[in-house]
Formats: sequence, structure tokens, C-alpha cells
Amino acid sequence: MFNYYLRLGLRSLKRNAVLTALMITAIAVGIGAAMTTLTVFRAMSGNPIPQKSSQLFAPQIDNWGPDRPEGLSSDHLEFQLSYTDAMALMKARAAKRQSALMATRFALRPSNPGQKPFKVFARAAYADFFPMFDVPFKYGGPWSAADDENRAPVTVITRETNDRLFGGANSIGKTIRLDNDNYTVTGVLDDWHLIPHFYDLGIRPFGDSEGVFLPFTRAIDKKMPPTGSTNCNSDVDPGFAGLLQSECVWLQFWVELPSAADAEKYRTFLNNYAAEQQRLGRFHWPPHTQLRDVTDWLAYRHIVPNEVHILILVSFGFLLVCLMNAMGLMLAKIMGRAGDIGVRRALGASRGAIFMQCLIETGIVGLAGGIVGLGLTALGLWAARSLLTKEFVALTHLDLTDTGLTVLLAVAATVAAGLYPTWRAAHVQPAWQLKAQ
Amino acid sequence: MELRPILSAMLRNKVGALLIGVQMAITLAILCNGLFIIEQRVILSHRPTGADEANVFVIPNQWVGSPPDLAARQQTDLAALRALPGVVDAFATNSYLLSNGGSSGGVFLTSDQKESSAQTAFYFADEHGLNSLGLRLVAGRNFNSDEVLDRNGNNDLTPASAAIITRALAEKLFPGKSALGQSLFTKPENNTIPIVGVVDRLQVPWVGTWSEKFNDYSIIEPFRYINPYVFYIVHTQPGQLPAVVKSAEKKLFETNRSRVLEKIVSLTDARDDAYKDDRGLAVILGVVCAALVAVTAFGIVGLTSYWVAQRRRQIGIRRALGATRNGIVRYFQTENFLIAAAGALLGIALAVSANLWMVSTFEMQRLHVSYPIIGAVVVLLLGQAAVLWPALKAASIPPALATRA
Repeated sequence: MFNYYLRLGLRSLKRNAVLTALMITAIAVGIGAAMTTLTVFRAMSGNPIPQKSSQLFAPQIDNWGPDRPEGLSSDHLEFQLSYTDAMALMKARAAKRQSALMATRFALRPSNPGQKPFKVFARAAYADFFPMFDVPFKYGGPWSAADDENRAPVTVITRETNDRLFGGANSIGKTIRLDNDNYTVTGVLDDWHLIPHFYDLGIRPFGDSEGVFLPFTRAIDKKMPPTGSTNCNSDVDPGFAGLLQSECVWLQFWVELPSAADAEKYRTFLNNYAAEQQRLGRFHWPPHTQLRDVTDWLAYRHIVPNEVHILILVSFGFLLVCLMNAMGLMLAKIMGRAGDIGVRRALGASRGAIFMQCLIETGIVGLAGGIVGLGLTALGLWAARSLLTKEFVALTHLDLTDTGLTVLLAVAATVAAGLYPTWRAAHVQPAWQLKAQ
Repeated sequence: MELRPILSAMLRNKVGALLIGVQMAITLAILCNGLFIIEQRVILSHRPTGADEANVFVIPNQWVGSPPDLAARQQTDLAALRALPGVVDAFATNSYLLSNGGSSGGVFLTSDQKESSAQTAFYFADEHGLNSLGLRLVAGRNFNSDEVLDRNGNNDLTPASAAIITRALAEKLFPGKSALGQSLFTKPENNTIPIVGVVDRLQVPWVGTWSEKFNDYSIIEPFRYINPYVFYIVHTQPGQLPAVVKSAEKKLFETNRSRVLEKIVSLTDARDDAYKDDRGLAVILGVVCAALVAVTAFGIVGLTSYWVAQRRRQIGIRRALGATRNGIVRYFQTENFLIAAAGALLGIALAVSANLWMVSTFEMQRLHVSYPIIGAVVVLLLGQAAVLWPALKAASIPPALATRA
């Protein structure tokens, strides 16, 4: 039966090619627009570390109190920590893993005299950083906890940096020269691109990330200037020592807490810490702390620009118009065949059979619209990538899920839009139609 | 024209009329909000910065290592740049226009003030700054060379000895009076700074929603920015920019090889980069609006054609009974007008509520009244244009058709 309906459907679509083409175009264009924005949105709001996102947390501590300059956040909490608080949390070791983080930059001087020095972004972290974020290694591994302790001149470099300096060869034990100092390579990363790189959203969350990693303790020891924002609420003594003693917030901090119970314990720990700071007279206000996991953190930081939301709204409005359009055309097409349907009904076809036949016909239109729409989505993504910066179109490409989703959405939406015309078809009165002939 | 038969015919075809009407409403809502956003973005991306953009470029310079003689190296570099043929002037700074990176903070009028009087951006410049950017001084004077001090990196809190502010900031801080001779107080330096000059315009280095509220509130402080990473700003004679970019890069490497020069950008390039998303969004919305109008128009053509086909016999009868061709055309036009008018009313309501929602959620601007009106006119004309072809086809149905069948 299905095959017969399929043939009938195809024949009926061919009979009125212009109307059919209009319907398919309308659906394809609508689907293309909607899926383009949806794909962009999914890429931008996606979970960068799905296997662990509920175990990684960013603690926040209110070290400024209620009397603060115009803050960046609405909840009286800053996004970063002061050196004092970050060091206290590092010392307490209250989580399974923890790392204070900061970004800095270097001029990297290749040993090959033919190569000019180039700029490289660096991430200063503790050794825990690598296992905490499941960072994949191609060669070697992280530096040791003892290296953290000793402020050792060691480094982990990314695959890209390794390719550029060592032609992709195993460079473990070799040294690289960052400004004036030599660093020994302990590990080379495999491809690792977090989108967005959630652990530091202060510098382009979707942009290029760091090329080398080094111990946080070393960066502090060498007074490396932080890249990214440093926000202060009060007077700061001059120099790097002044920054370290100040209440300025400029460090990122992440902890790994494997279970909900651990997270609960850590919340209590944070509160106790803030309460202790109040007792010691550093905070003149009751404890105000927060602990958010990756998903909550990304939502809290609003990293998907408003424009993406506006585009989603516009494109789904557009899809709605396209579907209503297709629905009107389908209604016209099916009712134009009321005579045929009347004959089939008179010859004994049940309402269900007519309904099925029309449903299959709309399904074909939806499928065709979906396939053309898929092409338009790819075109739309290409256009969006060339028209917008990475902050708007994070590395997006159509994967299998998107492809399936596109076709499914097209068929589902078309069939849904076709339900009313189909229902009308099934209720054609055979007697009237035959009489009118 | 009698409306009753049109209305009763429409009632028999409720769903079709409804589909067209609602389609037109949504089209109108998207169209006028879309066009409004496009206009906003275009205005934004053409906003002048105050500098002589066409003839200014930026060299991001990073020294390799931490050389102890940064200040001397910088003076050598600047002297070399200023001596190049085609160069008007050059200086070194912490941040530049349209770069989306810089230093910002509140300014106060007195030391005991709790809330700042304005959020501002701080640019560092020596006495060559105004000339190197091509800024227009509208009151007061430029910095004297003895006012210019060294500022070593970001954690140096050397107080500024003078300040040049923008006209917009002057009006905000001292409404109705001259800013010259007044002074500012900045934290964390805790220092009172006399205002010596006012420039017509100098945009903050950021573009985007964050800085929108203080877009024109900039302060220039007389500092030589001594840091391993600084921006050299070079002003060239008209038309000389491309040649000077090449000679400047060469000259700097000749002076000292131990540096990293990142990509040299002209302010024109910087503007293109800074507003890329705004222009992109405008283009995308424009394409979507055009596609939307086309889809809606074709939908009307398709559905009306079907109605015409369905009513061939009735039309033939009307023609046989004396209706003119014009009468038939006018019938379909009136029908479409009624649907479109209802759709436009719904669309205006939809457009305004969508805009209000965006105002409250995304801090967008209120839709100007003219947009829904223009949108409604567009939708009505669109309907008339789309219905014309099927209506003419209907008018060509011969009266004789009534006698057949």
C-alpha cells in the first residue's frame, strides 16, 4: 500500500510542478535559515567538556563587600579571585584537584636563527590543570607537583607550537626560550580545542587559546604581567608585590569535585573560609560565596551574544511563515484534487486511506524540502562564517546530528503543517464531488 | 465596490484567508524589526572616532625578553618613525581606537565622592599624541613636554600631571561651564588632575554594548607608556599610508631586531574588524528580510491562483451577468486588501511587542514609530503586487465559460 501511495503522491506532485516547487522551496528556505542559526547556537552554547562538566566548579568569593564600584556582575560577586583568596584555596586543598590560573604572553625565541621570534599566549596553572580538564597528551605529560613547588622552568606546549618549533617531532626534554628564560618541555598536547574555553572567558571565549603552559608558581615568581582583566576596588600599592597583596581580582580558579556530596562540602568550606576572613577583620560583611559548575558558569556569564538570540528568533519566525505558506499551498493542491478524492472515496477508499495517502504526499514534500534545506544550511553556515567573527560563529560545521535534525525537523514540520489540509481531504464528501462532475 | 460578497466568500474560505493574513503579520513584524536593527548597526559602524582614520596606523610592538632600557628604546623607535618620509607624527600608547582593549575606570570630581561621576577610558600620550591621531583640540592646549611622565606598565600609579578630555565628557562633568581650569580626581592613584585641554571627539577603544554608555568619555593622560608591549601610532600624509607601513616595519627592524611586530593595522582595518559582526548581522538580516518578502509574495500568488482556478465558473457567470474585467480584478484586489489590512494590524501589534521584549531582554532601542507604518505600507503593496497576476488571469476568463459544463 505504502508503495502505491508513494507512486500516487509522486504523480500528484508532478502534475502541478510549479506549486510543488514553490512548496519545497518555501520549506527548504525556512529550514535552511532556522537550522543555520540553531547550529550556530548549539555550537556556541554547547558543553565544551560534557564528560566532566558537572564535576568542575568555579568558586567565587565576595572580597569587596557591599560598598563596591560599578561591578561587572549583578550579584555582588566578581568572576575572578584575588591572589590572597586563590592562594588560600590552593593551600587548603579542599577539592580533589584545584588550580589557580592566569594568562600571560611571551615572545617565543626559536633556537633556529632563521625563525623570527613570535608572540605566544601562555597559561600559568598548577599540574592539576591537565588531569582536571582531561587534557590529551601526544608526547609526555604534565609537570609534577614538585615542579609546582619548586617554581620550575618547565612547560607543556600545544601541538601547534610543537609543529612550529620542532616540526611535530617528540620534543620532550628539549628546551624552548620564552623571553629571557629556557623552559624544559615535559609534554606536548594532542589536539585540544575547548569551545568555548570556559576556564577563562575574560579573553575571547571562542578565539585562539594559549600555545604554551607553565607552572603558576613560576609565573608569580617571575612577576609575569597578567593578560586579561584586572579589576580593583581600592588603592593598590605599586608594582607586582602591590598587586599580590591587593584585593584586585585577576585570577581564574577551578576545582574538581567528583560527587554532589563533595560539592556540598566545598560550599561549606568556602563559607567557612569567608566567615574566617570576617573574623580576622579582612571582610566586614557576612560570607557571600558561590560555586558553579561548567554549565551554570556558561549560562551565568552570558557568553552567547544577544544577536545570536535575535537571529534565532528571526529565523524561526521566518520558518513559521514558510510553513504557513506551504500549508496554504498544500491546502490549495489537495482541495484542487477534491474530485479525484471523491472518486476514490466512492470506489470504497476509507477516510483513513485518503488520510494516509495525503500524509505520504506531504511527507515527500517535507523530505525534499529537508534535503534542499540541508544544502541551504551548509550555505548559510558558510556565509555566516565569512560574515561574522568567531565570537559569533564559533567553529561550526554540520555534523551527523545536525543533518538528521534538519531533515527530521523539515519532515515533522511539513507533516504537521499538512495535517489540516490532509484532514480536510479525508472529509471530502464523495457525493458532492461526483455530483459536481 | 460591495464588500459583502467578498466577505461571505472569504468566510467560506476561512483557513486560506487566515494563513495569508497571519503570514503577512509575521512578515511585517520581522521586516520592521529587522530593518530597524539594520539601520542601528549601519549607524553604529559608521560612527566617527575623532581620529584621522584614513591616515593613521598602529604598530603593536613587543620587545623580546625584558630589556632594562625600554624607555630609551622607545624614544629611539619614535624618533626613527617620526623621521621617516611621509610621516606626520608618531607616539606610543597603551591602547588605540577600535581595538577593543584598554584601560577604563571611574572619574570623580572630589576625593570623598563615593560613586564616580562618569565611567571613562584612559589613553596615555606624550605631546605628540594629538597630532599623531589627528584629533581636533577645541579648547585649551596640548600637553607641554615637561608634563609628560614615564608610566611603567599597568601597576605603576604615578599620578598624571594634566589631562585632556573629550567634549562629551566635559559636558557631562561640568554642564554649562568650561572644563578648562577644572580638575578631576582618579582612583586608585588618589590624585587631582587639572584639565588643560578639550578635544572634539575621541571614542573609547571598545565597541559594543559594554562601552555604549560611555562611548565618548575619554581622557588622555600625559604619560610615556613604558612597557614591553606597546602600540606605536603613526600619522601619515594623505595617501602615504601603505608606503609608510612598509618603510616603518623595515626601519624598526633595522633599529633593533629583538622584537615581535604583530600585524600592523590601519585604523580603517581596525574599523572593519571591530564592526565586522555588526555589518554581518545587517547583511544576514537583509537577506532574510528579502527572502521573507519573496516567500510571502509567492505564497499569495500561489493561493490566489488556486482560488481563481476554483472559482472559474463563478467568475465566468459574473462576467456573463455584466461584470467588467476591471470589476473582477478589483474584486481580488479588494479581497487581498482586506486580508492584508487585518494582517497589518496584527503585524503592528506583533512588531511592537517583539521590540518591547527585545528592549527588556537585550537592552535594544525602542522601535521608531515610522517602522511599523512603513512595514504596513510595504505589506499592503506587496499583497497588491502579488495578487495582480492571478487577478488578471481571472479577468481573462471568458463569459462563455458560464454556459459550458
